[in-house]
Amino acid sequence: MTRIYVPRDSSALALGADALATAIVDEAKARGIDIELVRNGSRGLLYLEPLVEVQTSEGRIGYANVESEDVASLFDAGFIEGKATHAKHVGVVDEIPYLKKQQRLTFARIGITDPLSTDDYVANGGIVGLYNALAMSGDAAVDALIESGLRGRGGAAFPAGIKWRTVRAAKANQKYIVCNADEGDSGTFSDRLVMESDPFVLIEGMIIAGIVAGATVGHIYVRSEYPHSIATLEAAIVKARAAGWLGDSVLGSEHRFELFVAKGAGAYVCGEETALLESLEGKRGIVRAKPPLPALEGLFGKPTVINNVITLATVPIIFAKGAAFYKDFGMGRSRGTLPFQVAGNVKRGGLVELAFGCTLRELMFDYGGGTASGRPARAVQVGGPLGTYLPESQWDIPLDYEEYAKVGAVVGHGGLVIHDDTSNLADLAQYAMHFCALESCGKCTPCRIGSTRGVEVIQRIRNGDTSTKQVQLLRDLCDTMVSGSLCAMGGMTPFPVVSALDHFPEDFGLETAIPKAAA
Amino acid sequence: MDRPNAIAPDELVQRHARPGMSLVALLHAIQDDVGFVPPDTVAPLARTMNLSRAEVHGVITYYHHFRQAPAAPVTVQLCRAEACRSMGTEALAQHIEARTGCRFDAHKHDAHNHDHDHACDGAVGLESVYCLGQCALSPAMMINGELHAKVTPQKFDALLAAAMKRVEETV
Repeated sequence: MTRIYVPRDSSALALGADALATAIVDEAKARGIDIELVRNGSRGLLYLEPLVEVQTSEGRIGYANVESEDVASLFDAGFIEGKATHAKHVGVVDEIPYLKKQQRLTFARIGITDPLSTDDYVANGGIVGLYNALAMSGDAAVDALIESGLRGRGGAAFPAGIKWRTVRAAKANQKYIVCNADEGDSGTFSDRLVMESDPFVLIEGMIIAGIVAGATVGHIYVRSEYPHSIATLEAAIVKARAAGWLGDSVLGSEHRFELFVAKGAGAYVCGEETALLESLEGKRGIVRAKPPLPALEGLFGKPTVINNVITLATVPIIFAKGAAFYKDFGMGRSRGTLPFQVAGNVKRGGLVELAFGCTLRELMFDYGGGTASGRPARAVQVGGPLGTYLPESQWDIPLDYEEYAKVGAVVGHGGLVIHDDTSNLADLAQYAMHFCALESCGKCTPCRIGSTRGVEVIQRIRNGDTSTKQVQLLRDLCDTMVSGSLCAMGGMTPFPVVSALDHFPEDFGLETAIPKAAA
Repeated sequence: MDRPNAIAPDELVQRHARPGMSLVALLHAIQDDVGFVPPDTVAPLARTMNLSRAEVHGVITYYHHFRQAPAAPVTVQLCRAEACRSMGTEALAQHIEARTGCRFDAHKHDAHNHDHDHACDGAVGLESVYCLGQCALSPAMMINGELHAKVTPQKFDALLAAAMKRVEETV
């Protein structure tokens, strides 16, 4: 019997993977061939989706961009034996340079396993971290996490171990672990890949967090735009409970941990941690003033560890292989790896997990293969809608939190959106303000009003009023938003705007960038 | 809009309310059941959750996901965010508007003026969304909740025709 893999993550589904899987089963039946169909996760090589794999003695042989119409010809060409005669054959998947050159730590298992098989998870290195964490004292576990250098992967890059230590030390009758899975940034999909392709790694990370921080309940807040992630997580939680990982006695220990999935409702600002907590409590997702920190007064006023998906999904490998192993990757104060998401106008888009220190140029060209349109790349927005646009002169800066901060840019969640030379950065700047106006929670004035005024000023400049006065007005407005907003929504929306103005003034109809008047 | 088989608002709320459930979770349960949050559920929701009607209304209207009227039989949700923009989603949006005679987000702008768009007969609803997590396979959209990536104008026309056909068959 031959084992055939057809991914079940939403990228593959969006390109017809369900119909394809049915077609393969039907065709095998019609030909009297015995196959076992596995719905694996995605390998993260999204440009190859749907990527069908066939288990052979040489390894798993891939066939890329397969459509239902290709199925008969694949069988004719002997794909069941992994033969290379079909045009869609891409060879042994593990040997594809795009995958082979990566440093997959957090994403070690994606695409290899059936995301809902606990057996697969354990057979591929899963749950070791949880056993190790159970064998340590809570203080030693916190020290190990601090030692690993893991920083919040959602964008803020706050040391995860410090946050855990604060919650651990807090005295309360109930504490919570909350996973921020409100991945609303355009250009990012690594959280989604974890949830759809290896959900147990997130569950394991949250259980470890619960044990270390002394929390017995966890919530995963997933955006409503990710129905497949929600369904996969819910199914995985049922399996984890059945396996004894969740429940009254985690792996037979004295620790209790329960986990629930909560569905967001289409508000971008709920990716901000305090707005997320409000939403999880069932209220409007309005940003809270800090302090108090969520670590002390978080969900329902109780001490709460709130971390992003990737942060929590990285915890198991740190506990499985040790803090020193993880810390060994990376540069400066940015330790470990980041799953970069190569997206937008790019030939080979996908997930590229590498140690900190690689460059945009490497990701765009060595991995991405240049633009999808074939035209010259012009600007890359790094770190989501609140990240700056980087022109070619900045494509060789090492991707490291501190190196990026030096030029006013952010690494954020590691998403890259590539734009070619037909892009209009003034249009994108105006869109950034428009998006902020749509999504502002309305609590603070700079964000609520500033975003609408921002749209208007940029429109005036684009309409031909390129006077210094208008440009200064826009820069002053951006200053006010950066300094006066309560959270990153209003506080960082100026980043793409000002970077567009600084690096691409011609798109605004300006001859040169007009800097802010010397004070 | 008439709801011939509509159940009473009280009954709808009680069907889904569970102890300890948040209002957002309850609204999801109602919308997942009947396709939208009927405005006449606000009062029973307020009673059940021990909130004011203003608070309930505030939550419903804060979130883009919740609808106060049924969605069009064919609802197209096109991603308009950066990654999709880099791959021509704005040109695709123009094509979609021309093809369907409808305008994006008309349900928000013309809540009280449904019939001034003559070409748009209510069969198709166009909505902007911001990121479906398919940024390496842009542009992306959902049609009646089904996800599609790398959408071209030609592909959209075929998807729309298929969706319209499915709707006609179920009527």
